[in-house]
Amino acid sequence: MKILVIGGGMGGTIFANHLARRLPHEMKTGKTQITMLSANHQHIYQPGWLYVAMGRATPDELVREQASLLEPGIEFHVDPVEEFHLAENHVKCKSGKVYEYDLIVISTGSRPTPETIPGLRENSIHCYTADDALNFFRQLSAFKGGRIVITVGLPHKCPMIPLEITFAMHDFIKDRGLLDKTEFYYTYPIGRVHSLENVAKWAAPEFDRMGIRYETFFNMKEVDGKNAAVLSEEGAAVKYDLLVAVPPHKGQEVIEKNGLGENGWIPTHRNSLHMEGEYGKNVLVLGDTTNIPISKAGSTAHYEAEVAAENVAALIKIGCPVREYDGKVFCFIEAGKDRATYASFNYQTPPQPKAPTGAVHAFKMAYNQLYWATARGLL
Amino acid sequence: MSTQRVVDARGSFCPGPLMELISNMKMMAVGDVLELLSTDAGSAADVPEWIKKVGHTMINTEQDAEGTWHIRVRKEK
Repeated sequence: MKILVIGGGMGGTIFANHLARRLPHEMKTGKTQITMLSANHQHIYQPGWLYVAMGRATPDELVREQASLLEPGIEFHVDPVEEFHLAENHVKCKSGKVYEYDLIVISTGSRPTPETIPGLRENSIHCYTADDALNFFRQLSAFKGGRIVITVGLPHKCPMIPLEITFAMHDFIKDRGLLDKTEFYYTYPIGRVHSLENVAKWAAPEFDRMGIRYETFFNMKEVDGKNAAVLSEEGAAVKYDLLVAVPPHKGQEVIEKNGLGENGWIPTHRNSLHMEGEYGKNVLVLGDTTNIPISKAGSTAHYEAEVAAENVAALIKIGCPVREYDGKVFCFIEAGKDRATYASFNYQTPPQPKAPTGAVHAFKMAYNQLYWATARGLL
Repeated sequence: MSTQRVVDARGSFCPGPLMELISNMKMMAVGDVLELLSTDAGSAADVPEWIKKVGHTMINTEQDAEGTWHIRVRKEK
Protein backbone atom coordinates (compact mmCIF):
# COMPACT_ATOMS: atom_id res chain seq x y z
CA MET A 1 0.00 0.00 0.00
CA LYS A 2 1.33 3.45 -0.94
CA ILE A 3 0.72 5.99 1.79
CA LEU A 4 1.37 9.63 1.01
CA VAL A 5 1.68 12.14 3.85
CA ILE A 6 1.34 15.80 2.96
CA GLY A 7 2.87 18.07 5.60
CA GLY A 8 5.92 17.63 7.81
CA GLY A 9 4.52 19.28 10.93
CA MET A 10 3.29 17.61 14.10
CA GLY A 11 0.39 15.68 12.62
CA GLY A 12 2.17 14.34 9.55
CA THR A 13 5.41 13.48 11.32
CA ILE A 14 3.82 11.73 14.30
CA PHE A 15 1.50 9.81 11.97
CA ALA A 16 4.29 8.67 9.65
CA ASN A 17 6.56 7.57 12.49
CA HIS A 18 3.85 5.77 14.44
CA LEU A 19 2.73 3.96 11.31
CA ALA A 20 6.24 2.95 10.34
CA ARG A 21 6.86 1.58 13.84
CA ARG A 22 3.70 -0.50 13.61
CA LEU A 23 4.60 -1.96 10.21
CA PRO A 24 8.29 -2.94 10.36
CA HIS A 25 7.82 -6.10 8.31
CA GLU A 26 5.64 -4.40 5.71
CA MET A 27 8.08 -1.52 5.39
CA LYS A 28 11.05 -3.87 5.05
CA THR A 29 9.44 -6.00 2.36
CA GLY A 30 8.00 -3.03 0.48
CA LYS A 31 4.40 -4.10 1.04
CA THR A 32 3.88 -0.63 2.54
CA GLN A 33 5.56 2.51 1.33
CA ILE A 34 5.33 5.77 3.27
CA THR A 35 6.25 8.96 1.42
CA MET A 36 6.18 12.41 3.00
CA LEU A 37 6.05 15.67 1.08
CA SER A 38 6.70 18.95 2.84
CA ALA A 39 7.30 22.57 1.91
CA ASN A 40 10.07 22.79 4.53
CA HIS A 41 13.22 20.79 5.21
CA GLN A 42 12.92 21.77 8.86
CA HIS A 43 10.51 20.72 11.59
CA ILE A 44 9.60 23.56 13.90
CA TYR A 45 8.40 23.25 17.51
CA GLN A 46 5.88 26.09 17.28
CA PRO A 47 4.90 26.25 20.99
CA GLY A 48 8.45 27.50 21.59
CA TRP A 49 7.75 30.84 19.94
CA LEU A 50 6.09 32.04 23.16
CA TYR A 51 9.45 31.67 24.87
CA VAL A 52 11.26 33.46 22.01
CA ALA A 53 8.85 36.37 22.48
CA MET A 54 9.88 36.52 26.15
CA GLY A 55 13.60 36.23 25.42
CA ARG A 56 13.79 32.75 26.93
CA ALA A 57 14.64 30.88 23.74
CA THR A 58 16.06 31.57 20.31
CA PRO A 59 14.51 30.29 17.08
CA ASP A 60 17.38 27.94 16.27
CA GLU A 61 16.58 25.94 19.42
CA LEU A 62 13.15 25.12 18.04
CA VAL A 63 14.07 23.43 14.77
CA ARG A 64 15.41 20.06 13.65
CA GLU A 65 16.03 18.71 10.18
CA GLN A 66 12.83 16.90 9.23
CA ALA A 67 14.71 13.97 7.71
CA SER A 68 16.48 13.36 11.03
CA LEU A 69 13.15 12.78 12.79
CA LEU A 70 11.74 10.16 10.43
CA GLU A 71 11.88 6.40 10.84
CA PRO A 72 14.20 4.65 8.39
CA GLY A 73 12.29 3.68 5.29
CA ILE A 74 10.08 6.76 5.16
CA GLU A 75 10.78 8.56 1.91
CA PHE A 76 10.94 12.34 2.40
CA HIS A 77 10.94 15.10 -0.20
CA VAL A 78 10.91 18.86 0.14
CA ASP A 79 8.50 19.39 -2.74
CA PRO A 80 5.30 21.28 -1.95
CA VAL A 81 2.10 19.96 -3.43
CA GLU A 82 0.42 22.29 -5.89
CA GLU A 83 -2.42 20.16 -7.21
CA PHE A 84 -4.56 17.55 -5.47
CA HIS A 85 -6.25 15.08 -7.84
CA LEU A 86 -8.24 13.06 -5.34
CA ALA A 87 -10.42 11.39 -7.97
CA GLU A 88 -7.30 9.96 -9.61
CA ASN A 89 -5.37 9.32 -6.38
CA HIS A 90 -2.37 11.49 -7.12
CA VAL A 91 -0.86 14.87 -6.36
CA LYS A 92 1.35 17.08 -8.48
CA CYS A 93 4.18 18.99 -6.88
CA LYS A 94 6.10 22.17 -7.51
CA SER A 95 8.88 20.16 -9.17
CA GLY A 96 6.35 18.81 -11.66
CA LYS A 97 6.64 15.34 -10.16
CA VAL A 98 3.46 13.34 -9.67
CA TYR A 99 3.01 11.10 -6.61
CA GLU A 100 0.40 8.40 -6.68
CA TYR A 101 -1.08 6.90 -3.55
CA ASP A 102 -3.53 4.37 -2.18
CA LEU A 103 -4.14 6.50 0.90
CA ILE A 104 -3.29 10.15 1.49
CA VAL A 105 -2.96 11.97 4.80
CA ILE A 106 -3.27 15.74 4.59
CA SER A 107 -1.78 17.61 7.54
CA THR A 108 -0.75 20.97 6.19
CA GLY A 109 -1.44 23.06 9.26
CA SER A 110 -2.52 26.67 9.50
CA ARG A 111 -1.01 30.15 9.15
CA PRO A 112 -1.58 33.52 10.80
CA THR A 113 -3.29 36.02 8.51
CA PRO A 114 -3.14 39.43 10.25
CA GLU A 115 -3.54 41.06 6.84
CA THR A 116 -7.21 40.04 6.84
CA ILE A 117 -7.94 42.66 9.51
CA PRO A 118 -7.36 46.19 8.15
CA GLY A 119 -4.49 47.86 9.96
CA LEU A 120 -3.57 44.87 12.11
CA ARG A 121 -0.38 43.71 10.37
CA GLU A 122 1.39 47.01 10.53
CA ASN A 123 0.16 48.13 13.94
CA SER A 124 0.50 45.06 16.13
CA ILE A 125 2.92 42.39 17.25
CA HIS A 126 2.34 38.64 17.53
CA CYS A 127 4.41 35.53 18.12
CA TYR A 128 3.25 33.10 15.46
CA THR A 129 6.45 32.99 13.40
CA ALA A 130 10.12 33.05 14.42
CA ASP A 131 10.68 36.53 13.01
CA ASP A 132 7.50 37.87 14.60
CA ALA A 133 8.41 36.35 17.97
CA LEU A 134 11.85 38.00 17.85
CA ASN A 135 10.26 41.31 16.92
CA PHE A 136 7.83 40.80 19.82
CA PHE A 137 10.74 40.42 22.25
CA ARG A 138 12.47 43.53 20.91
CA GLN A 139 9.33 45.67 21.07
CA LEU A 140 8.39 44.47 24.55
CA SER A 141 11.95 45.12 25.70
CA ALA A 142 11.78 48.68 24.32
CA PHE A 143 8.35 49.39 25.83
CA LYS A 144 8.54 52.18 28.38
CA GLY A 145 5.06 52.08 29.85
CA GLY A 146 1.47 52.69 28.80
CA ARG A 147 -1.40 50.47 27.80
CA ILE A 148 -0.79 47.03 26.34
CA VAL A 149 -3.91 45.75 24.62
CA ILE A 150 -4.39 42.09 23.71
CA THR A 151 -6.77 41.46 20.80
CA VAL A 152 -7.86 38.01 19.62
CA GLY A 153 -8.96 36.99 16.12
CA LEU A 154 -10.87 33.90 15.07
CA PRO A 155 -10.06 31.21 14.37
CA HIS A 156 -6.55 30.83 15.73
CA LYS A 157 -4.21 28.02 16.64
CA CYS A 158 -2.93 27.47 20.16
CA PRO A 159 -6.08 28.41 22.10
CA MET A 160 -4.18 29.10 25.31
CA ILE A 161 -1.97 31.79 23.80
CA PRO A 162 -4.24 34.74 24.66
CA LEU A 163 -3.91 33.91 28.36
CA GLU A 164 -0.31 32.72 28.21
CA ILE A 165 0.99 35.77 26.40
CA THR A 166 -0.83 38.05 28.84
CA PHE A 167 0.52 36.32 31.94
CA ALA A 168 4.00 36.12 30.41
CA MET A 169 4.03 39.80 29.49
CA HIS A 170 2.85 40.72 33.00
CA ASP A 171 5.85 38.94 34.52
CA PHE A 172 8.20 40.37 31.88
CA ILE A 173 7.07 43.94 32.54
CA LYS A 174 7.17 43.34 36.29
CA ASP A 175 10.76 42.14 36.03
CA ARG A 176 11.61 45.27 34.08
CA GLY A 177 10.23 47.36 36.94
CA LEU A 178 7.53 48.91 34.78
CA LEU A 179 4.40 47.36 36.26
CA ASP A 180 3.28 50.59 37.91
CA LYS A 181 3.61 52.39 34.55
CA THR A 182 1.78 49.71 32.54
CA GLU A 183 -1.86 48.87 32.10
CA PHE A 184 -2.82 45.49 30.64
CA TYR A 185 -6.13 45.43 28.75
CA TYR A 186 -7.26 42.01 27.56
CA THR A 187 -10.06 41.58 25.05
CA TYR A 188 -11.75 38.33 24.01
CA PRO A 189 -14.35 37.46 21.37
CA ILE A 190 -17.00 35.80 23.56
CA GLY A 191 -18.67 36.62 26.86
CA ARG A 192 -15.85 35.35 29.11
CA VAL A 193 -12.06 35.52 29.10
CA HIS A 194 -11.54 32.12 27.48
CA SER A 195 -13.41 29.65 25.29
CA LEU A 196 -13.16 26.93 27.95
CA GLU A 197 -15.61 27.83 30.70
CA ASN A 198 -13.59 26.32 33.53
CA VAL A 199 -10.39 27.94 32.30
CA ALA A 200 -12.21 31.29 32.16
CA LYS A 201 -13.48 30.74 35.72
CA TRP A 202 -9.88 30.30 36.86
CA ALA A 203 -8.37 33.07 34.71
CA ALA A 204 -10.77 35.95 35.41
CA PRO A 205 -10.02 36.09 39.16
CA GLU A 206 -6.32 35.86 38.29
CA PHE A 207 -6.73 38.87 36.05
CA ASP A 208 -8.54 40.68 38.87
CA ARG A 209 -5.78 39.82 41.33
CA MET A 210 -3.10 41.01 38.95
CA GLY A 211 -4.92 44.18 37.97
CA ILE A 212 -5.40 43.10 34.36
CA ARG A 213 -8.49 44.75 32.92
CA TYR A 214 -10.61 42.86 30.45
CA GLU A 215 -13.40 43.39 27.97
CA THR A 216 -15.36 40.49 26.54
CA PHE A 217 -17.52 40.26 23.42
CA PHE A 218 -14.74 42.03 21.51
CA ASN A 219 -14.12 40.82 17.95
CA MET A 220 -11.58 43.02 16.24
CA LYS A 221 -12.79 44.64 13.05
CA GLU A 222 -9.96 47.00 12.17
CA VAL A 223 -7.03 48.87 13.66
CA ASP A 224 -6.82 52.65 13.37
CA GLY A 225 -3.07 53.07 13.49
CA LYS A 226 -3.22 56.85 13.25
CA ASN A 227 -5.25 57.12 16.44
CA ALA A 228 -3.79 53.96 18.01
CA ALA A 229 -7.13 52.28 18.56
CA VAL A 230 -8.50 48.81 17.83
CA LEU A 231 -12.16 48.77 16.83
CA SER A 232 -14.57 45.90 17.32
CA GLU A 233 -17.51 44.45 15.43
CA GLU A 234 -19.52 45.16 18.56
CA GLY A 235 -18.94 48.91 18.19
CA ALA A 236 -16.24 49.39 20.82
CA ALA A 237 -12.90 51.19 20.40
CA VAL A 238 -9.92 50.55 22.66
CA LYS A 239 -6.86 52.79 22.57
CA TYR A 240 -3.45 51.19 22.92
CA ASP A 241 0.21 52.05 23.27
CA LEU A 242 1.27 48.53 22.31
CA LEU A 243 -1.13 46.22 20.48
CA VAL A 244 -0.57 42.49 20.91
CA ALA A 245 -2.52 40.37 18.46
CA VAL A 246 -3.57 36.77 18.27
CA PRO A 247 -4.26 37.06 14.54
CA PRO A 248 -7.03 35.20 12.76
CA HIS A 249 -5.72 32.15 10.94
CA LYS A 250 -6.40 30.28 7.72
CA GLY A 251 -5.40 26.90 6.39
CA GLN A 252 -2.81 26.71 3.64
CA GLU A 253 -3.56 28.44 0.36
CA VAL A 254 -3.03 25.22 -1.61
CA ILE A 255 -5.98 23.63 0.19
CA GLU A 256 -8.33 26.44 -0.77
CA LYS A 257 -6.95 26.79 -4.29
CA ASN A 258 -7.68 23.11 -4.91
CA GLY A 259 -11.23 23.46 -3.66
CA LEU A 260 -10.68 21.16 -0.69
CA GLY A 261 -11.96 23.52 1.97
CA GLU A 262 -13.15 27.05 2.58
CA ASN A 263 -10.35 29.21 4.03
CA GLY A 264 -8.13 26.13 3.86
CA TRP A 265 -10.10 24.02 6.38
CA ILE A 266 -10.98 20.57 5.04
CA PRO A 267 -14.39 19.14 6.08
CA THR A 268 -13.43 16.15 8.23
CA HIS A 269 -15.34 13.53 10.21
CA ARG A 270 -14.65 14.23 13.87
CA ASN A 271 -14.15 10.58 14.85
CA SER A 272 -12.88 8.71 11.80
CA LEU A 273 -10.76 11.68 10.62
CA HIS A 274 -11.73 10.93 7.03
CA MET A 275 -12.35 13.82 4.69
CA GLU A 276 -16.07 14.32 4.17
CA GLY A 277 -17.43 13.82 0.68
CA GLU A 278 -17.16 11.39 -2.17
CA TYR A 279 -13.36 11.08 -2.17
CA GLY A 280 -12.93 10.77 1.57
CA LYS A 281 -12.64 7.00 1.69
CA ASN A 282 -8.87 7.12 1.24
CA VAL A 283 -8.21 10.65 2.53
CA LEU A 284 -7.37 11.34 6.16
CA VAL A 285 -6.98 14.86 7.54
CA LEU A 286 -5.08 15.73 10.69
CA GLY A 287 -4.37 18.72 12.88
CA ASP A 288 -5.21 22.35 12.11
CA THR A 289 -6.17 21.49 8.54
CA THR A 290 -9.50 19.96 9.58
CA ASN A 291 -12.70 21.91 10.06
CA ILE A 292 -13.54 19.90 13.17
CA PRO A 293 -14.85 22.21 15.95
CA ILE A 294 -11.92 21.41 18.19
CA SER A 295 -8.83 23.24 19.42
CA LYS A 296 -6.25 23.95 16.74
CA ALA A 297 -3.46 22.74 18.98
CA GLY A 298 -0.36 20.59 18.75
CA SER A 299 -1.83 18.01 21.06
CA THR A 300 -4.91 17.69 18.85
CA ALA A 301 -2.68 16.86 15.90
CA HIS A 302 -0.67 14.49 18.10
CA TYR A 303 -3.61 12.45 19.37
CA GLU A 304 -5.35 12.44 15.98
CA ALA A 305 -2.15 11.20 14.36
CA GLU A 306 -1.81 8.33 16.85
CA VAL A 307 -5.39 7.18 16.20
CA ALA A 308 -4.98 7.52 12.45
CA ALA A 309 -1.72 5.55 12.45
CA GLU A 310 -3.23 2.81 14.58
CA ASN A 311 -6.19 2.58 12.21
CA VAL A 312 -4.14 2.53 9.02
CA ALA A 313 -1.88 -0.16 10.45
CA ALA A 314 -4.94 -2.18 11.44
CA LEU A 315 -6.43 -1.69 8.00
CA ILE A 316 -3.29 -3.15 6.47
CA LYS A 317 -2.92 -6.00 8.94
CA ILE A 318 -6.53 -7.03 9.68
CA GLY A 319 -8.59 -5.19 7.09
CA CYS A 320 -10.39 -2.63 9.24
CA PRO A 321 -9.81 0.33 11.56
CA VAL A 322 -9.91 -0.31 15.31
CA ARG A 323 -10.78 2.93 17.06
CA GLU A 324 -12.11 6.42 16.79
CA TYR A 325 -10.66 9.77 17.79
CA ASP A 326 -12.53 10.90 20.90
CA GLY A 327 -11.61 14.60 20.77
CA LYS A 328 -8.70 14.30 23.20
CA VAL A 329 -6.76 17.53 23.71
CA PHE A 330 -4.13 18.39 26.31
CA CYS A 331 -2.89 21.96 26.56
CA PHE A 332 -0.44 23.39 29.02
CA ILE A 333 -1.29 26.90 30.21
CA GLU A 334 1.76 28.90 31.21
CA ALA A 335 0.52 31.33 33.89
CA GLY A 336 3.69 33.42 33.99
CA LYS A 337 7.41 32.80 33.95
CA ASP A 338 7.48 30.06 36.59
CA ARG A 339 4.07 28.47 37.04
CA ALA A 340 1.64 26.62 34.84
CA THR A 341 -1.47 24.50 34.77
CA TYR A 342 -3.11 22.44 32.03
CA ALA A 343 -6.44 21.67 30.40
CA SER A 344 -7.22 18.08 29.42
CA PHE A 345 -10.53 17.29 27.74
CA ASN A 346 -12.32 15.43 24.97
CA TYR A 347 -15.68 15.56 23.19
CA GLN A 348 -17.51 14.29 26.30
CA THR A 349 -15.57 15.70 29.23
CA PRO A 350 -14.69 19.37 29.77
CA PRO A 351 -11.39 20.32 31.45
CA GLN A 352 -11.03 20.90 35.20
CA PRO A 353 -7.85 22.96 35.47
CA LYS A 354 -6.09 23.17 38.81
CA ALA A 355 -4.24 26.14 40.27
CA PRO A 356 -0.89 26.76 38.52
CA THR A 357 2.22 25.31 40.09
CA GLY A 358 5.96 25.44 39.60
CA ALA A 359 5.94 21.68 39.11
CA VAL A 360 3.66 21.84 36.05
CA HIS A 361 5.77 24.67 34.64
CA ALA A 362 8.88 22.53 35.13
CA PHE A 363 7.12 19.67 33.37
CA LYS A 364 6.25 21.99 30.46
CA MET A 365 9.85 23.15 30.21
CA ALA A 366 10.95 19.50 30.18
CA TYR A 367 8.32 18.66 27.56
CA ASN A 368 9.64 21.46 25.33
CA GLN A 369 12.71 19.21 24.97
CA LEU A 370 10.88 15.88 25.14
CA TYR A 371 8.67 16.95 22.23
CA TRP A 372 11.30 15.63 19.81
CA ALA A 373 10.61 12.14 21.14
CA THR A 374 6.90 12.71 20.45
CA ALA A 375 7.71 13.81 16.91
CA ARG A 376 9.67 10.58 16.43
CA GLY A 377 6.71 8.51 17.56
CA LEU A 378 8.32 7.47 20.85
CA LEU A 379 6.42 9.49 23.46
CA MET B 1 -30.04 34.37 -3.01
CA SER B 2 -29.13 33.39 0.57
CA THR B 3 -27.50 30.12 1.42
CA GLN B 4 -27.76 28.12 4.60
CA ARG B 5 -24.91 26.44 6.38
CA VAL B 6 -25.03 24.08 9.33
CA VAL B 7 -22.26 24.22 11.91
CA ASP B 8 -22.20 21.14 14.09
CA ALA B 9 -20.56 22.24 17.35
CA ARG B 10 -21.98 19.45 19.48
CA GLY B 11 -19.42 18.29 22.03
CA SER B 12 -17.19 21.27 21.29
CA PHE B 13 -15.63 22.77 24.42
CA CYS B 14 -12.80 24.61 22.68
CA PRO B 15 -13.18 26.76 20.74
CA GLY B 16 -16.83 26.18 21.55
CA PRO B 17 -20.13 26.86 19.79
CA LEU B 18 -20.16 30.64 19.84
CA MET B 19 -16.59 30.93 18.58
CA GLU B 20 -17.37 28.41 15.83
CA LEU B 21 -20.39 30.53 14.90
CA ILE B 22 -18.30 33.72 14.81
CA SER B 23 -15.59 32.05 12.66
CA ASN B 24 -18.19 30.76 10.21
CA MET B 25 -20.09 34.05 10.04
CA LYS B 26 -16.89 35.65 8.74
CA MET B 27 -17.00 33.31 5.73
CA MET B 28 -20.66 34.01 4.94
CA ALA B 29 -22.33 36.59 2.74
CA VAL B 30 -24.89 39.09 4.02
CA GLY B 31 -28.27 37.42 4.03
CA ASP B 32 -26.90 33.92 4.54
CA VAL B 33 -28.36 31.81 7.32
CA LEU B 34 -26.38 29.71 9.78
CA GLU B 35 -27.82 26.91 11.90
CA LEU B 36 -25.66 26.11 14.92
CA LEU B 37 -25.98 22.74 16.61
CA SER B 38 -24.84 22.80 20.21
CA THR B 39 -25.01 20.57 23.27
CA ASP B 40 -23.93 23.48 25.47
CA ALA B 41 -26.95 24.99 27.24
CA GLY B 42 -25.07 28.29 27.55
CA SER B 43 -25.23 28.72 23.78
CA ALA B 44 -28.95 29.43 23.99
CA ALA B 45 -28.05 32.59 25.92
CA ASP B 46 -24.64 33.69 24.70
CA VAL B 47 -25.33 33.37 20.98
CA PRO B 48 -28.39 35.66 21.06
CA GLU B 49 -26.44 38.11 23.23
CA TRP B 50 -23.61 38.34 20.69
CA ILE B 51 -25.96 38.43 17.70
CA LYS B 52 -27.76 41.40 19.24
CA LYS B 53 -24.51 43.24 20.04
CA VAL B 54 -23.22 42.94 16.50
CA GLY B 55 -26.51 43.57 14.72
CA HIS B 56 -27.28 40.25 13.07
CA THR B 57 -30.70 38.60 13.32
CA MET B 58 -31.79 35.78 15.60
CA ILE B 59 -34.22 33.67 13.60
CA ASN B 60 -35.08 31.07 16.22
CA THR B 61 -33.76 28.72 18.90
CA GLU B 62 -35.13 25.29 19.74
CA GLN B 63 -34.01 22.19 21.56
CA ASP B 64 -34.66 18.77 20.03
CA ALA B 65 -35.58 15.52 21.78
CA GLU B 66 -31.90 14.56 22.16
CA GLY B 67 -31.14 17.83 23.92
CA THR B 68 -29.32 19.47 21.02
CA TRP B 69 -29.89 23.19 20.58
CA HIS B 70 -30.62 24.35 17.04
CA ILE B 71 -29.87 28.06 16.82
CA ARG B 72 -30.56 29.83 13.55
CA VAL B 73 -29.14 33.27 12.76
CA ARG B 74 -28.92 35.50 9.70
CA LYS B 75 -25.91 37.62 8.79
CA GLU B 76 -26.97 41.23 8.32
CA LYS B 77 -23.69 43.01 7.69
